[in-house]
Amino acid sequence: MPVTFESRIEARFRELSEQHRKGLIIYLTAGDPTLEATAELVAAIDRGGADVIELGVPFSDPLADGPVIQRASERALKAGTTLRKILKALPHWRAAVRAPMVLFTYYNPILQYGLEAFARDAGAAGADGVLAVDLTPEEADDYIAALHGHKLDTVFLASPTSSDERLARVGKASTGFLYQVSRMGVTGERDRLAASLGELIERTRRFTRLPLAVGFGISTPEQVRAVQSLADAAVIGSAVVHAIEEKYPKGGARAVEEFVRWLKAGSEANSA
Amino acid sequence: MSSFAQSQDTSLPDARGRFGEFGGRFVPETLMQPVEELERAYFAARNDPAFQAELDRLLKHFAGRPTPLFHAKRLSAHLGGAQIYLKREDLLHTGAHKINNCLGQGLLAARMGKTRLIAETGAGQHGVATATVAALLGMNCTVYMGDEDMARQAPNVFRMKLLGTEVVGVSSGSKTLKDAINEAMRDWVTNVRDSHYLLGSVLGPHPYPLMVREFHRVIGKEARAQILEQAGRLPDALFACVGGGSNSIGLFYDFIQDREVKMVGVEAGGRSLAPGEHAARFAGGRPGVLHGTYTYVLQTDDGLISTTHSISAGLDYPAVGPEHAALYRKGRVEYTHVGDEEALDAARMLARMEGIIPALESSHALAEVIKRAPKMSREQIVVVNISGRGDKDLGIFQSAGIFLK
Repeated sequence: MPVTFESRIEARFRELSEQHRKGLIIYLTAGDPTLEATAELVAAIDRGGADVIELGVPFSDPLADGPVIQRASERALKAGTTLRKILKALPHWRAAVRAPMVLFTYYNPILQYGLEAFARDAGAAGADGVLAVDLTPEEADDYIAALHGHKLDTVFLASPTSSDERLARVGKASTGFLYQVSRMGVTGERDRLAASLGELIERTRRFTRLPLAVGFGISTPEQVRAVQSLADAAVIGSAVVHAIEEKYPKGGARAVEEFVRWLKAGSEANSA
Repeated sequence: MSSFAQSQDTSLPDARGRFGEFGGRFVPETLMQPVEELERAYFAARNDPAFQAELDRLLKHFAGRPTPLFHAKRLSAHLGGAQIYLKREDLLHTGAHKINNCLGQGLLAARMGKTRLIAETGAGQHGVATATVAALLGMNCTVYMGDEDMARQAPNVFRMKLLGTEVVGVSSGSKTLKDAINEAMRDWVTNVRDSHYLLGSVLGPHPYPLMVREFHRVIGKEARAQILEQAGRLPDALFACVGGGSNSIGLFYDFIQDREVKMVGVEAGGRSLAPGEHAARFAGGRPGVLHGTYTYVLQTDDGLISTTHSISAGLDYPAVGPEHAALYRKGRVEYTHVGDEEALDAARMLARMEGIIPALESSHALAEVIKRAPKMSREQIVVVNISGRGDKDLGIFQSAGIFLK
């Protein structure tokens, strides 16, 4: 479903492409450890060089996530974080951040919010796109219509298990970029990238012209560089959340900014 | 329709796995290909006489089908109303109806070339049945079980280990069935190539609610033929407990077209109907998505899944099978709830009156029968599914002190 305006996400990928650069996408769980902390952290991550920020909406049953993001969700929920409170705080975060922001959520919180009300409020709050991890295009007609109606990009996942038919379907349903899951399993840091990543990306590219962002298991500048040599952007989730868990309590947002900068160093090596 | 005709409704779910508005498939993309593959394999197996013959052989000679339908005459006379018949699923090998589905899915997994089974378990009955089938078929097996459930259903943990299964405790969230399913799905999404997720109830993404129902329909098919043989007519009402809803859908399904047969599903009323104190989804829940399906879910206004409580681990779960949601919406099945204490009292009554110690899950259904039977006439007939036996609950009975009363 083509969107007839240039979204902030599309503009960012166009700029990257014009500058012959590859993107760095940083995930954090909103409300971890508090919403006040998130305000500082999104600004720090933006300064650190994130090209897109993914804001995780904490959920009680995060079945696609590994232990690091599970713990972040628990901390955020313990602090009383809800989707409603995130959307209320988002305009303030938006004002301090240049990077496009994508809400990364499970489906039930937005279903209970109401698809139309959610799209309206998320759009008005300054979100640029949404990825619902347990929603595939088959069940997403109303969701896509509501989000596109409020100029929000709909990002879907492609997976190593996706058939050609499925890749075509997720490619068609996605706008802004397509999120290529690099490996089977849940989110989390890994020592090594999947060996077949190049083949995987090549296959997905046959079904979409959208920028491809690769995530799951990427945690070092070397891995960022390797992914960026194949895809349009690398997504770092658990490694950043881990850094927030360990460094934020002592070093504050500045320590997390330094961590993003360290990851970005891998990224800049591609800019030549 | 003649009451002697074999009745069935094959129209649901539709091709998208929807029972009316409920059901469907809400899983991460990585699991879509596996559930599509499972659906194809299941339909192929269902149409293969060799598969059905092997399943029938195991149900008969390994699991012990058919199970008796027993007229509980002392209990019926004591209550002074309806004639109560017990469908004795508790007599099956491994002690509960769960083995019906595990044999079916186990054979299917083997046919698909899978070498490992993954399962979740609440009370441990599904875990034990899965561990048993894994041993029978020579497959590896990992079962996820909440820490709280491992403590309160310890005998079943030992049984699984004895059968060669790895039992993994789950310490996240409420440490019960919901969290065990999360962990089982995380395992599955990591190991889909060689592992089959043997989901234990009519929950999850399509085709699970359909497939698990079909493997349990044997309960209602037998009960229907047995009551016609023993009483010469259909029952006035059916009763079954509803956790995810597998034993109840298994009993109900072949009676759905028999309009004169009333059906009552009994959820866990827990300690009270305050949030977090029960698992009565139709009393306190509303439609939402959990574990791959759209159905009635206990949740907060913000769409976070609520914690639940029931004295019976097998009913302690915040969502209900999507077909039950559709039957509730249609008004075909009445759903009610029974509290912890009433379930304990019902277990004691059946033990003392009929020499049968039922599982605490099944005791919920029985408690509702005990309430209603006295208000019915002696000519009326009810069938209640004794879905499992109470051996696993001896520790709970003991700490509740009910056998000392």
